Amino acid sequence: MTLASHHLLDIESLSPAEIELVLETSTSFKEVGERAIKKVPALRGKTVINLFFEPSTRTRVSFEIAAKRLSADSINVSSAGSSVVKGETLLDTVKNLEAMAPDVIVMRHPSSGAPHFVARRVESAVVNAGDGMHEHPTQALLDAFTILEAKGRLSGLKVVIVGDLLHSRVFRSNARLLTKMGSSVTVTAPRTLLPPFVERLGVEVITAVNDAIVDADVVMMLRVQKERMEGAFFPSVREYFNLYALTVDRLKRAKQDVILMHPGPLNRGLEIESAVADGPYSLILDQVTNGVAVRMAILYLLAGAS
Amino acid sequence: MKSLLIRGARIVDPSQRIDRVSDLFVDEGRIRAIDEGLSPEGAEVVDARGLIAVPGLIDMHVHLREPGFEYKETIASGTAAAAAGGFAAVAAMANTDPPNDCAAVTEYILEKAHRAGGARVHPIGATTRRMEGKELSEMGEMVAAGAVAVSDDGLPVRDANVMRRAMEYATIFDIPVIEHCETPELHPGGVMNEGYWSTCLGLRGIPRASEEISVRRNVILAETTGARLHVAHLSTKGALEAVRQAKERGLPVTCEVTPHHLLLTDDSVRGYDTRAKMKPPLVTEEDLEALLEGLADGTVDAIATDHAPHHEDEKQQDFDHAPFGIVGLETSVSLGLDRLVRPGIISLNRWIELMSTGPARILGVEGGTLAVGAPADLTLLDPERPFRVEPSVFVSKGRSTPFADWELQGRAVRTIVSGRSVFTLP
Ligand SMILES: [Zn+2]
Repeated sequence: MTLASHHLLDIESLSPAEIELVLETSTSFKEVGERAIKKVPALRGKTVINLFFEPSTRTRVSFEIAAKRLSADSINVSSAGSSVVKGETLLDTVKNLEAMAPDVIVMRHPSSGAPHFVARRVESAVVNAGDGMHEHPTQALLDAFTILEAKGRLSGLKVVIVGDLLHSRVFRSNARLLTKMGSSVTVTAPRTLLPPFVERLGVEVITAVNDAIVDADVVMMLRVQKERMEGAFFPSVREYFNLYALTVDRLKRAKQDVILMHPGPLNRGLEIESAVADGPYSLILDQVTNGVAVRMAILYLLAGAS
Repeated sequence: MKSLLIRGARIVDPSQRIDRVSDLFVDEGRIRAIDEGLSPEGAEVVDARGLIAVPGLIDMHVHLREPGFEYKETIASGTAAAAAGGFAAVAAMANTDPPNDCAAVTEYILEKAHRAGGARVHPIGATTRRMEGKELSEMGEMVAAGAVAVSDDGLPVRDANVMRRAMEYATIFDIPVIEHCETPELHPGGVMNEGYWSTCLGLRGIPRASEEISVRRNVILAETTGARLHVAHLSTKGALEAVRQAKERGLPVTCEVTPHHLLLTDDSVRGYDTRAKMKPPLVTEEDLEALLEGLADGTVDAIATDHAPHHEDEKQQDFDHAPFGIVGLETSVSLGLDRLVRPGIISLNRWIELMSTGPARILGVEGGTLAVGAPADLTLLDPERPFRVEPSVFVSKGRSTPFADWELQGRAVRTIVSGRSVFTLP
């Protein structure tokens, strides 16, 4: 089996079977990361361009390691060093890259839909590594992989997502993936950080975090993106922490075997208490490890599985 | 100039409550007679059997981009596009560079339009100097030069006190103040309607309250000042309700809607199609239905396109960065005939009122009638003629339209200005 699309642009267009395929493929690639020589020849001779118009060391490094472990040549282009700053349009940038015939373009862009724009105009496979407030599909897939490892299933779980949902592409991808796979998703945030009609994505909205978290199997924290808070979304960090932060006390309302996730980077003391972030329920570092395996699977499925 | 005999057309003129098959005689640029069996000597005869002759259509909201943005559109290309779309006249918004905020620019526009020889142009002066929303523009001088209204369209007048003064001042000239109703503070970075689709697509939303708050404020100021307020490109149910209430109270408030707000909703943005990026944004089914109701019940006074040509490269960007606006001059008539008149949402008579008589009345210009003695501005429509929307053959320099590839029936086949054919479909 292969993926129906030549690109990975969003979770929305993936079927449950395709999601399972990515996760199964990730399992075999995770094993590669545990070897002494962490390299397979699957994408030898292929070129992967990491095109980042928005800084993200974590995601970029994860993709870069994934490409290298598959023996692909990977090149990083970040907006600071690219011609974007010289006023070149996205279309020009992409046409130039395309002329160098990469097999995969991994793209991060601050504007929603930018990878879709590019995918319609290039031969290369395009992987969305986060577009504006739209989706971050590889993050949702690595989160799913991490849940699957911990819980053995993706269906029938109560997943609670807490925090800045309005600006979060991680939320949009995760909500789509988890509801598709048969879990229930409860979201909790101040009303100012809830997107309009969010319940139409198939999630339950409970604005009081203490109520939302009851009996949760998974608690997923979102980063409060201070850089996007151009308006007054909440009165103060102090009040946000008091009302929404994940504390040891609050986590007690969840199931005994609850797992805690966070896409990073963490704002300790704003959205999460350090004792929780570093505590026994936290799978935050597993998420990072799994990120490489899942991205290897995606690069392989898009560029190497033929 | 040769006289003209339009023979055997169905003549529909809401201004005189005429709807019958007849001949129409034009001489020296004016309408001279409507009667059966006319056969004046020496007149050029246009066989118009099967066609509909209506008062020259008027698009009261277009952006011609000249001076300053000639790469997007020029007065020549814009007025030729208007003629090709069936419009005998257009009103040109002031947001050029420099903006039309003084008599010199008004005169420049009229001079260019005269030389271009397409549709008539009625310049709209800026409400405020440089369209900065701070000081009043020289309305008196612009009106003397030929401006028919004032508007900072593209931008709302944000300061309520400036708006109040502008309205008070405009009453001296009895010109409408045309307002782009928006409350930008509500939506930093907003690019589409705030709703289910903005959430799905992760695009920043513009709440419908943005327009509604502004319309309500301006209605109140119209009442305070006695000025004529015209709401440009009204798009939401709430804003329409505000206009309806104002009319019920007898206030001189009018509004226009665009074909795209009558026919499309915000799900057109799916796939990040920048051809669906306009301001105000496409809204919901509920709004669309309210607008159609407003067309039928008389709340809406005009259909205008907000023809906003942009260069192709500018629209070929990611959604956030593409400019707002689409072209409309060459699709409006066919969309109206096929999607509003044919299914019976409104009558042909009502549609002509919205496309000609209404705009003429709001702007206080000649036209909008086939009355004997009036300027011979008329449009001949072929209600059966198929029309496929093909942006590549547009006369306008702008190509961006969400209606590309639509198959429509009915179009303008001849546009006559002052008795002279400025467009004839081969
Ligand atoms: Zn406007």
